[in-house]
Amino acid sequence: MASQQFSDRKYVILAIFSAIILIFLARLFYIQIVDDQYKLTARNQAFRYMTDYPARGNIFDRKGKRLVYNQAAYDLMVIPKQVKDLDTIDFCKVLGIDKETFRKRMLKAKQAPNSPLKPSVFEKEISIEHSAILNEKLYKFSGFFLVSRTLRKYPSSIAAHLLGYVGEVAPEMIDTSSYYKNGDYIGISGMEKAYELPLRGVKGIHIEVVDVHNRPQGSYMNGIYDTLAVAGKDIECTLDASLQEYGEKLMQNKIGSIVAIEPSTGEILAFVSSPSYDPNLLIGSTLPKNFVTLQQDSLTPLFNRALMASYPPGSTFKLVMTLIAQNEKVLTRSSSFFCAGGYNYGGARPLKCDAHHGYLELPAGIAHSCNTYFCNVFRVVMDNRKYAKMEDVFSVWRNHVTSFGIGRHLNTDIPNELRGSLPTIPHYNKVFGAHRWHTSTIISLAIGQGELGITPIQNANVVCVIANKGFYFIPHTVRSINKNPNDSLLLRFREKHFAMVTDTSYYNVVIEGMNEVVKHGTAAASQIPGIDYCAKTGTAENKRVINGKVIQLKDHSMFIAFAPKENPKIAIAVAVENAGWGAAWAAPIASLMIEKYLTDSISRPLVEKKMLEGDIVHSNIIGKQKK
Amino acid sequence: MSREQKSIFQNIDWTITGLFVVLLFLGWLNIYAAVFNDEHSSIFDISQKYGKQLMWITGALLIAIVVLIIDANFFTAFPFPIYIACCLTLISVIFFGTEISGSKSWFRFGDFGLQPAEFGKFAVCLALAKYMSSLDTQMARFQTKVIAFFIILFPALIIILEKETGTALVYTAFIFVMFREGFSGNIMLGGFFTVLLLISALLVNKVVLVILLAVIAVVVAIAIWVSSRNRKKAKQFIMGVFALLVVASAGVYGVDHAFSKMAPHQKVRINVFLGKDVGKDLKKKAGYNVNQSLIAIGSGGFAGKGFLQGTQTKYNFVPEQSTDFIFCTVGEEWGFLGSAVVLFLFLALILRIIFIAERQRSSFSRIYGYGVASILFFHVTVNVGMTIGLAPVIGIPLPFFSYGGSSLWAFTILLFIFIKLDSNRLLILR
Repeated sequence: MASQQFSDRKYVILAIFSAIILIFLARLFYIQIVDDQYKLTARNQAFRYMTDYPARGNIFDRKGKRLVYNQAAYDLMVIPKQVKDLDTIDFCKVLGIDKETFRKRMLKAKQAPNSPLKPSVFEKEISIEHSAILNEKLYKFSGFFLVSRTLRKYPSSIAAHLLGYVGEVAPEMIDTSSYYKNGDYIGISGMEKAYELPLRGVKGIHIEVVDVHNRPQGSYMNGIYDTLAVAGKDIECTLDASLQEYGEKLMQNKIGSIVAIEPSTGEILAFVSSPSYDPNLLIGSTLPKNFVTLQQDSLTPLFNRALMASYPPGSTFKLVMTLIAQNEKVLTRSSSFFCAGGYNYGGARPLKCDAHHGYLELPAGIAHSCNTYFCNVFRVVMDNRKYAKMEDVFSVWRNHVTSFGIGRHLNTDIPNELRGSLPTIPHYNKVFGAHRWHTSTIISLAIGQGELGITPIQNANVVCVIANKGFYFIPHTVRSINKNPNDSLLLRFREKHFAMVTDTSYYNVVIEGMNEVVKHGTAAASQIPGIDYCAKTGTAENKRVINGKVIQLKDHSMFIAFAPKENPKIAIAVAVENAGWGAAWAAPIASLMIEKYLTDSISRPLVEKKMLEGDIVHSNIIGKQKK
Repeated sequence: MSREQKSIFQNIDWTITGLFVVLLFLGWLNIYAAVFNDEHSSIFDISQKYGKQLMWITGALLIAIVVLIIDANFFTAFPFPIYIACCLTLISVIFFGTEISGSKSWFRFGDFGLQPAEFGKFAVCLALAKYMSSLDTQMARFQTKVIAFFIILFPALIIILEKETGTALVYTAFIFVMFREGFSGNIMLGGFFTVLLLISALLVNKVVLVILLAVIAVVVAIAIWVSSRNRKKAKQFIMGVFALLVVASAGVYGVDHAFSKMAPHQKVRINVFLGKDVGKDLKKKAGYNVNQSLIAIGSGGFAGKGFLQGTQTKYNFVPEQSTDFIFCTVGEEWGFLGSAVVLFLFLALILRIIFIAERQRSSFSRIYGYGVASILFFHVTVNVGMTIGLAPVIGIPLPFFSYGGSSLWAFTILLFIFIKLDSNRLLILR
C-alpha cells in the first residue's frame, strides 16, 4: 500500500516544517534581542520627549529688592505637516509679516535640522499682549501653537557687569554637555554664568506617546518615566541696590570703577564699572544686535573694569609696603626719614616727591604720601642683612604681597577675574640679567609703580585686610541661595584668608596713618562730617606705548578707604581713569559712597553735584582736540 | 465497527482540540490588544473588532460541534459534490460578490462578510483525499498527476480571477501532500530549482545568468561524457542537458516578460522583497508595512512590553495589525518569549496532526490530515515570515489569530473534519 511505501517521507516533511520554525526563531532572536535598532526606531516613532522648562531663579539685593526676574513671552511654533487649509493672507496679517517672510520661515521649518513632523520656532518672543490676540485666532491655523518662554528682565537697569546676561547656548556647549539642547538659554557672564546651576533649575521631561499621524495619545505609562521640572533657586545678592545705583550715577561720564566690600564678610556692596550699559539690552532675540553695537563702542562698555582692568596701584600700595617692612622688623612707627623733595637712588634723576617734607615719621609719611619716605622703606626692606641674596629678599617681599591677594586670582565668584601683574625673579633676570638687579633697579615698586598691576577688586580687598587687621574673606556676590546662606556653593566665602602680616599693632600704625590722610593729609578735602574714616589716595602714572614711543598720559585718580575707623562697615576702592590726582575725583566719590552707605544721606550737596556733573570723558576728548 | 459511538466527544483528540482552543484564545487577546482603545475598553464590546471576533469565535465553536455531530461517512462519501458546490460558489462570487479594495471575493451580509475562497481549502482537501485514496490511483501514473493537479489548481485559478492571489498561493501547500503520497521528490527539487532560477532571473542580469547556465551545462556534459561508459546513453543525457538549458533560458526571459505584465503594486512588492532598488518613495511605501512590522516586533525585546503596552501596534504604526500583521502584537507585547510560545504551539499542532494522520488506517484520513497540516504550515510560514521580513508580503491570515470570520470558520471546519475522521478511525477502513 502507498502509505507503507512512502511512510519514510513523513520524516522529510517533519524536518522541513521544524527547520522553518527554527529559522523563524533564530530570526526573532536576532531582531528582538540582538539588534537594538528596532527598539530605538520604535521610541523615535512613538515617543515625543517634551521638555518642561523651569523658571529661572530671581536675583534680589541684600535688602530684598528685586534685581532680576522673568518676563513671560511666547514663541509661536509650527509643525509644518499639520498645517492644513491655511488662510495665508489672514495669518500674515495677524502676525504682521509679509508673504515672502512666511514662505521663507515655513521653508526653514521644513528643512534640516528642522523637520516637517516636528515643532520648530516660527516667531520668537511674542509679548503677552500680542500672544493673547494671537491665541484667540489660533484655532483657525492648525499646526501652529504657542509655547511659553521666559525672558530675563532687569527692573532697575543696574549692575550689568555683575549680574551678567543670559543667551542661547553655544554649539560647543551642546556637544560637551548632555543637559543643554539647541535653543536653550544659559548664563553667559557675571552671576548668571557663575550661578547657572542653582539659577537654571532642572528641566523636566515628559514622554508623550503619539500615533502614526503624530497625534498625541497621552503620557507614556502614565508618566512613570517622566521627570518634573525643578524651578531655579532664588539668589540673594550681596549688592546694595541703592548704593550701586548711586555709584553708577557718580561714575557717569567717567571711565573707571568702584568696588565696595563689607570687610567683615567679604560681601560686595557695590560693583561699578563705567561706562556701563542697560542689562535689558542683552535679552532674547535683541541680544546679538545690541551686543555688536556695545562691542563697537569706543569706550568699551562691555569691559568689566572693576574686575579686569589692571592699574598701577600708585600710592595706595605704600600701605602694603608699610605692613611688610614692620613685619620684617626693619620699620617702626617712629622710623624717620628725611625728605628733600626726592629720593636719590643713583639714577640720573632722583625719584621726585611732591613736596619738601623734611623729617617724617611713619603716620605722617602715609598721611602725606611721601615718596622719599617710602623709597627708604623699600630700601630697608630690600637691603635687609638677614638675607644673603637679592633673590631671597625679593621672594620674601613677593610672598608678602601675594598674601594680600595681589598678583593672583582672588577666586571670587565673578567669572573672568584678572590676575593683575606682580613681577617675578625670572622676569627681572630676563630684563636686567641674573644678579644684575638691585633695590635701586626696582625702586618704583616702592610707590606702586613699575611692573605692578592691580585690579580694583584686588585693591578693595587689600583695604579689607587692613580694616580686618590681617585677614580677608574672598569678595563675593551672593549672600544666600534659596534663603540658605550655607549653600555648599557659598561655604568657601566663610573662610578667613590671612595675610602674612598678622600682628594687629602693625595694622594699627597703618590705620593711624590712613586716618591722618583724611584728617589733615592728602584727602582732607573729602572729610565726611560725623564719620571718622581711614583712606589713602593714589595717583597712578599712566604710560602707554603708542607707535613705539612711551607716552605719558594723564594719571589715573585712585582712592581706597574704609569706614568707620572703628568697626569698619565698608571698604572701598575707586579708580577714575585719566582724572589726575587721587584726591581730585576718586576721593570725593569714595567719600560720597561711604556717606551714602552709612547714613543714607548726603551732607555735602556741592561735592555731590560736582561729582555727578563732572564729565571727564568728554573734557579729555575736547582737551586733546585743542592740543 | 467493533465499538458503538456513545458521544460525539468520545475518541476525539484532545491535544489538537486543546491547542485549537488555546490558539483561539490567544488570538482573541491579541486582537483586543492590537485595536484596543480606552473608549471601548471592554473586551466584549460588540462595536469593536474584539467584540466581533468573539462572535466569530462563538460561531466557530458551534461549527466545530456541528462538524463533530455530522456522520463521518458524509465527508468520505461526498467530497466531490462538496468540491463542485464550492467551485460554483467561487465562480458566482465573481459575478455577485461585493468588491472590496480591488478584489471580488466577498459576499456581504450587512456588517458581516464571508469569503468563499477561504472555504475552498477544505473542499480541495477532501476532494484530493478522495481521489488519491481510491484503490486504482497510482501516483506514479501521469494521468493521476494531471487529475490531482487539476483538482488543486482549478479553484486556485478561480481565486486568482477574484484577485485574491495570496489565497490562491496557499494551494501550492498541497505539494507536501503529493510528496507524502509518492509524488517524485526529484520533481519537488526540480520545482525548487525552477523557483530559484525564476527569482534569479529577476535579480541578476539575464545575459549573465544564461551564460552561467550554459557554463554549468557544458561542465555537466563533459562530466557525463568522461564518466560514462555507454557512449550512446551519454549522448542522450547530454542532449537532455542542453534541451534543459534552452528551456531554462527561455524561462529566464519569459519571467522577465511576465514580470513586465504584472500590476505595478505587485512588481514593487516583489522588488522590495528581493531587495532591489525601486526608488526611495516607492520603497518607502511598499516596504513600509514590513518595516513597521519589524520595528514593532523588534522593539518587543526578550519579554515584551506587556499586555496592552505595545506602542507601535496600539497607535497604528503597523497597518493591518489585527488581520495580516497580528503577529506584530504578539512580538511587541510578549517579546521573544511570547513569539516562541506561539510558534511552538503552531508547530505542536501541525506535528500532532501529522502524527495522527500517520496512525490512520484509511488513506483518505491520512491524506486529508496531511492536507490540513500543509495548509496550516503554509499559512504560518508565509504570514509570520512576512512580519519578520523573511517572506514577501502576501496577504494571508495567521490561522486562529487574525481577525476575520471566514478564515476562522474555514480553519475550524478544516481542522474538525480531521478530528472527526480521527475519532472514527476504528470505524472507517478507507
